[in-house]
Amino acid sequence: MGAQTRAAATNVLLYASPNYSMTKTAWLNLYGHPAPLCAEVDPLRHSARVGAREFTVAEERWEVPTRGNIYGVALNFRGALAALGTTTEAAPYLAPPRAPILYLKPRNTRIGYGAPIPVPASIKAVAVGATLGVVLSQSTYRIAASDAAEFIAGYTIVNDVTIPHESYYRPALKQKCRDGFCPVGPWIVERDQIGSADALAIRAYVNGKLALENNTANLIRPIHQLIADISAFMTLAAGDVLLVGLPENLPLARVGDRVAVEIEGLGRLENPLIAEAPAPRHP
Amino acid sequence: MKHARVAYGGVIYAATEDAGRVRLGSGEFVDASDLVWLPPFEVQTVFAVGLNYADHAQELAFKPQQEPLIFLKGPGTLAGHRARTRRPDVAFMHYECELAVVIGRPARHVPRAEAYQYVAGYTVANDYAIRDHLENYYRPNFRAKNWDAATLLGPWLVDAADVPDPMNLKLQTRVNGEVTQLGTTSKMVFDVPFLIEYLSAFMTLGPGDVILTGTPEGVVNVRPGDQVLTEVEGVGELLSFIVEDTASAP
Repeated sequence: MGAQTRAAATNVLLYASPNYSMTKTAWLNLYGHPAPLCAEVDPLRHSARVGAREFTVAEERWEVPTRGNIYGVALNFRGALAALGTTTEAAPYLAPPRAPILYLKPRNTRIGYGAPIPVPASIKAVAVGATLGVVLSQSTYRIAASDAAEFIAGYTIVNDVTIPHESYYRPALKQKCRDGFCPVGPWIVERDQIGSADALAIRAYVNGKLALENNTANLIRPIHQLIADISAFMTLAAGDVLLVGLPENLPLARVGDRVAVEIEGLGRLENPLIAEAPAPRHP
Repeated sequence: MKHARVAYGGVIYAATEDAGRVRLGSGEFVDASDLVWLPPFEVQTVFAVGLNYADHAQELAFKPQQEPLIFLKGPGTLAGHRARTRRPDVAFMHYECELAVVIGRPARHVPRAEAYQYVAGYTVANDYAIRDHLENYYRPNFRAKNWDAATLLGPWLVDAADVPDPMNLKLQTRVNGEVTQLGTTSKMVFDVPFLIEYLSAFMTLGPGDVILTGTPEGVVNVRPGDQVLTEVEGVGELLSFIVEDTASAP
């Protein structure tokens, strides 16, 4: 089989999968537009159509596609928890996690597709936190996993940029909440456009080179169970984004690198890393 | 001046205190008993400082920190003056009376000496903890500290100019009228200017961000039916009602 035929055969396989329909209905926020837009997006060609206008992702300036809060979940990939080994039984943890362990990516961290991620001079490298963002459609409290689908508006791509740290004992504010440490987007693909979100490939690239491959099939709590278990103790609101977890062995990236997170059926989120402006000198 | 946000007659208003009375943004004076009190400003990022009073840290058997222990809270846990907070079926749930510092201007790389220039004002916080739900991952974890309607703010946001020395205010909690917690902000491990310098050194703070500065010793278990009044001298008295958790499970 010649290279061209092989490529064509691969495309046939990709497009035959329910996660690779040609275009998908999505919501997006473009710089300079006062309100979110509904679009037909092509996750493989990285393009979108709004009304009669078609454009590639690279041609536009992007805002975060939701105004909701962004909640992360720690240690929800089997491999990430396994990496802690038996230390979860020892001090300071004393037991493996029981309920979902959450954290917030506050408003100063949120940036859109293509916006630069500032890296402080004191930090040699940051981890590319490739993850799936589940966007809630309505207020969610004490629901059953079997009902969770109705509470999901759609899915997006998130880079939960993190300064590598070993301990999960204390909240990781300094490691996770710096300005620009949470790229989101480029868009939210509506729920019914994705066959099942429980087996989506997640990949990360540094300067175009594949650096991470994992799959949402490896979640300890699959998405519906995760929403149900969080909703047992707190209300999530419409527009909120739930990051399903960070895979193990996250790739590292440095100032000057270009990082990308790719999720099957959703597309690709790319951002460059730049040096953070130094602090002003005070007399 | 003192500012509040209230619901009255189906409308949310900015309100101010005028000679002991509540004056809506529309100019009307209203009876406080007809109001629903909301958190007194549009709340953005909520920072909470753990173990920031040496006596409370001892009470919980912790050594003093080298660096502040700071965690974040989501909007679902916020509530206003006179809020009802459900108590889940647990052995121990306690209040925490705290001075809350509200940021008024974008703040980045703020040196300690200039920190107060970035403060809009102060309010009272009651930051409940569901102690049975504590786990040792990102502790204090959300399940213990982000329970719905368990972080009360109010009643008033008091302008910074009207609180001349925020590091010397008495804190007091009364449960059903009985004093259970007494302290003073002068005993904070990391004071307000330090916290603003510390946070703004690595992230940008903005208007509406609020720092809950921690609680002194004297936290006791509360039960449905209890009325909990947390007070910060010169800032306000924040009332809270503990009720049964009757919300249905799925």
